[in-house]
Amino acid sequence: MEVRDCDVKMGRVSVKNVSRIFTKKEDGSGTEALHNISFDVQDGEFICLLGPSGCGKTTLLRITAGLETLTSGEITLNGVPITGPDPKRGMVFQQYSLFPWRTVIDNITFGLEMQGIDKTRARKQVEKYLELVGLEQFKNSYPHELSGGMQQRAAIARALANEPEVLLMDEPFGALDAQTRNVLQDELLKIWEQKHVTFLFVTHSVDEAVVLSDRIIVMTSRPGRIKEIVKVEIPRPRSRTSPEVNRLRDHILKLLEEERFTR
Amino acid sequence: MKINFIKTIEEKGIEALSLVIAVAIWQLVADRIVQNKLLLPSFYDVVNSFTVIVKNGLIYTDTLTSLLHFSIGIAAAFILGIPLGIIMGWFKTANRAIDPIIEILRPIPPLAWIPFAIVWFGLTHQAAGFVVFAGMIFPIIINTYTGFKNVPRVYVEAAKVLGCTRNIDLIRYIAIPSAMPSIAAGIRIAMGVGWMCLVAAEMFGVSNRGLGYQIWHNYYLHRMDFVLVYMLLLGFIGLFIDRFFRYYVDEKLLRWKSGTVM
Repeated sequence: MEVRDCDVKMGRVSVKNVSRIFTKKEDGSGTEALHNISFDVQDGEFICLLGPSGCGKTTLLRITAGLETLTSGEITLNGVPITGPDPKRGMVFQQYSLFPWRTVIDNITFGLEMQGIDKTRARKQVEKYLELVGLEQFKNSYPHELSGGMQQRAAIARALANEPEVLLMDEPFGALDAQTRNVLQDELLKIWEQKHVTFLFVTHSVDEAVVLSDRIIVMTSRPGRIKEIVKVEIPRPRSRTSPEVNRLRDHILKLLEEERFTR
Repeated sequence: MKINFIKTIEEKGIEALSLVIAVAIWQLVADRIVQNKLLLPSFYDVVNSFTVIVKNGLIYTDTLTSLLHFSIGIAAAFILGIPLGIIMGWFKTANRAIDPIIEILRPIPPLAWIPFAIVWFGLTHQAAGFVVFAGMIFPIIINTYTGFKNVPRVYVEAAKVLGCTRNIDLIRYIAIPSAMPSIAAGIRIAMGVGWMCLVAAEMFGVSNRGLGYQIWHNYYLHRMDFVLVYMLLLGFIGLFIDRFFRYYVDEKLLRWKSGTVM
């Protein structure tokens, strides 16, 4: 294990000319969800994908996870093309995705168990992730006994326990109330600072994108293209109401508004 | 202990009273109005007959025989039904291949299999077990299948990104636990059907022992008090099996579900 920890973990994601066309089975007609998307993500970078609903940002994330196929183009992780799901790319879903028949700790050990690590050892190994998301007290609870925010925390811990190089998050806080959301955003940043992981975070909330990311990839409405890549150079911790933050938010909101009218 | 007892009486007072009154009315009607043991044996007659079969030990051999028939049926239905339901629920092609056969066989009432049960197995325990099996297999297949069809996609995808990608692992770690409430409900329905089939099979000569056989046998002897004893016995054992199963499922298998499952 020691040797493995010392291994340099890298998370460089490269998206090259990615397009995705969904064809209907009945008449063979196609809808273009993504059109010729290209961008690079640096190792350890926090990227938000932002855009109007239906712009294909979730599709792009699912392709990166290996849960969806692309029509043309390529996505690579550290130069290796993505062909299917892999524990190197962890994912947190918008819907509550904890396995309801497993307790919190057994949910978090799931990935390790799949690697063939036995349960008692896996449990010891994930203690630190339970601690990281503040769920030590609830480790033996079943998911239905937790609040929505706690469930998403556990889902984050479950994804982290596999020590992924990239963490893909599909509007993970979308179903939570505003306060819980802010708390979890702050916690997520803390985790990001402690763990060396690249983040690809899909959201439709401008505030969330501005608070979290290094760069925001703003997408157009369908078919999704890149409208602008906004670099966020505000030092962390960021205040949610500082003038710079507001200026940036204003800029992005205007970009999104344009999309509303070109539709 | 004493307080508990009193509490139970207080809590279940109405239920107990209702039962006592029902028995009293039965006794009164049978003893005073009908006055014919063939048409309606009284409660007292039934209790007497019950002590007779307890004393001569018939109750044990017949109950055990019936339970043996039931076990053969349930074991066969499990071994065949659950894997079939799993395969049909998980693999589309398998479903397309197997479904038409099942849809044709399913509407055949299980009791229609009795002649073949006798021809194939003779007058053996297996023959009675086969009829029970014919009644149990379809609810088990169909509920297993439905449970598998309804596994939420997000669980499967979450498992995949966590490194669980082989079909066999997805079935074992995701689909079976997720489908368990539906499978358990299917087993419960199947046990009800199976219990009925068991009695019918034993009555129609597939066996020369068992609770169902005794009902028919005593009817020939015009001992309706014994018929009634065996009827009640069937009811109580059926109830007990169902309660036990439900307790087991809720306490052990589906602890992760909060409320009642079925």
